Amino acid sequence: MAKGLGRKALPWLFLAPMLALIALSWIAPLFLTVYLGFTDLSIKNFLAFIRNFFTEKVHITIDNFRRVFMGGDPYISEVFKVTLLYVGSVLLINAGYSLLLSISIAYLVRNEILSMILRVSWLIPRITPGIIYALVWNWFIDPKYGLLNPMLSAIGVPKAWLPSSWLLDKPYSQILMIVVNGYIGASFGMIVYTAAIKSIPPDLINAALVDGASDFQVARNVIIPLLRWPMLFVTAWQTLSLLASYDVILMIWGSGGGGGYAGIARAAGVMVWSLYSYSKAFSEYMYGYASAISLVLVVIGIVLIVVYFKLFGFRRLMEPSRVEV
Amino acid sequence: MVKVTLDNVSKFFGKVRAVTDLNLEVGDGEFVALLGPSGCGKTTTLLMIAGIYRPSRGRILFDNEDVTGLPPKDRNVGMVFQSYALYPHMTVYDNIAFPLKLKKVPKQEIDRKVRKVAKLLRIDNLLARRPGQLSGGQQQRVALGRALAKEPDVLLLDEPLSNLDAKLRILMRAELKRLQKELRVTTVYVTHDQVEAMSMADRIAVMNAGKLQQYADPQGLYNKPANLFVAGFIGSPPMNFVEGSIREDLSGGYYFDAGAFKFKLPKELGELISSKSIDVVMGFRPEHVKLSLNREEYSIEGQVYVVEPLGRDIVVNVKVGDMLFKVVTKPGVELRPGQRIWLVLDVDKIHFFDKFNERAIV
Repeated sequence: MAKGLGRKALPWLFLAPMLALIALSWIAPLFLTVYLGFTDLSIKNFLAFIRNFFTEKVHITIDNFRRVFMGGDPYISEVFKVTLLYVGSVLLINAGYSLLLSISIAYLVRNEILSMILRVSWLIPRITPGIIYALVWNWFIDPKYGLLNPMLSAIGVPKAWLPSSWLLDKPYSQILMIVVNGYIGASFGMIVYTAAIKSIPPDLINAALVDGASDFQVARNVIIPLLRWPMLFVTAWQTLSLLASYDVILMIWGSGGGGGYAGIARAAGVMVWSLYSYSKAFSEYMYGYASAISLVLVVIGIVLIVVYFKLFGFRRLMEPSRVEV
Repeated sequence: MVKVTLDNVSKFFGKVRAVTDLNLEVGDGEFVALLGPSGCGKTTTLLMIAGIYRPSRGRILFDNEDVTGLPPKDRNVGMVFQSYALYPHMTVYDNIAFPLKLKKVPKQEIDRKVRKVAKLLRIDNLLARRPGQLSGGQQQRVALGRALAKEPDVLLLDEPLSNLDAKLRILMRAELKRLQKELRVTTVYVTHDQVEAMSMADRIAVMNAGKLQQYADPQGLYNKPANLFVAGFIGSPPMNFVEGSIREDLSGGYYFDAGAFKFKLPKELGELISSKSIDVVMGFRPEHVKLSLNREEYSIEGQVYVVEPLGRDIVVNVKVGDMLFKVVTKPGVELRPGQRIWLVLDVDKIHFFDKFNERAIV
């Protein structure tokens, strides 16, 4: 009897620290965000708000959502467009380009050592500390000392095409945002895809070669169709994570002077939804409004998750490198 | 249809010598089996003929054209893989049509050929299915259909029957042989199963450790094995071997001395062997021995050890000294373990091999 009880209690004992952390850092903030999204909490009424937490003196309001959806915030539509550009373009790199990359690395390049070097080179940004990655880019694009402009000139790009500032001049700043995030994100797809390609039985590829396929036809007719599930998985996963990610943008456009990160990101046209929420909260101190903006993202995320689960089925989604053979 | 010639072909993977100096000629329309234990280089050889592997040395000729450097798609070979390697995302129809589509054959022509080959292989009712919905035997026929639909010059088969159950395997053996004779397509068939090779092939190339051991027709391999390996590999149960030496007795006759027993040899045979080697291995097939309850000429005395009835035949294990010999005989005689018995050998069917270079003497 005591033994049976121990067996039931033991896992919970082990799980307790993690569950407590999840509750504190994940579930509680979710509820707080929902609550705050319906308040007018800001730096001005912060102390009074804390004092009156959960009392009738705190103003419960839907003004925040009115601002998001009814044009109360004139800037929100541009944030929406930038977010679409960001998620769409980086997704193209992370889920699409990384597929071409993986086929090249795992199939077309027969030399194992070269293939490994190529794989590692795409993993470098992921294993570099994020802040270093951002710093290196900042140096790289510097108009005075950076290597990027001289390199582009060297391969024949006319001077007139080069921006005076990669950070600020649209659309260069937006291209930079896409490239910088794509370079990090492509490695995720690459890991999933190369594992999947390597798990395709060699016989299948040999059969296609004997049937008369060129390398390109093998990739198109055999490899890509067999990667359907990994592709769907990477696309779903990357959409969700791109919607919520702004760290690299914050690190690159956040450094450098003049009006703080929010100002630069806005002027540069790289203000994505999640960064906008962050800047509203931590540079303009409009906590209530920032929560409301986040909440919209949370709802979009949940809707997408439900859609993906419906489309692919939860269990299949949880098997990243599945190949149908 | 073409004649396939392997001219001194070798394939090395790093330090591993998968195939060494292989010379082989497969005649136009001939059915040749590559037979050997796993790892003997037979599949490597097949993949070199297909063009998947490039030989490290040597040349491969189709008729008199050197194809050594040609990619698979320019060789017009059809291949059936051991795993069948059907495209799981395509229907049976599309699997068979795939090589034709790659050849840019017109659509109606593809349709005609696919249906023809499907009918030939009796899979015309399965064309809309996917490989995952087929049984092993059906998959095997689809794989064969895919290889045949493009009307290849050479058909390569890599252990195509090994994933089928025993009954179906025997059925498909005959089926494949009939099909090959009907289509007259030059065929190279890889197998480790000597029964498959013996029953289907016109000629068999026995390979071991990357080297060709013997290339002959089935009867030739059985009656005149070139060395110990072939002698032991062909035949079931395998040939009995016993080491010993050839000696001359006082009267000028010859006998084989195995230590545990002495075996008198006809004079000409003894002279022939002893002129080539003294230390030899004697071999005799289980089916070339007669059991006798009395001593006879050319017999070895032993004791019944175990009797294995197989229905049509019985396999009697006979203990001679500390050696065990297998004898295949007809049922009928009552044999008890421990019983004294004589193995009467058919002198014309005894083999002798040089103990050191393992080559056949007689």
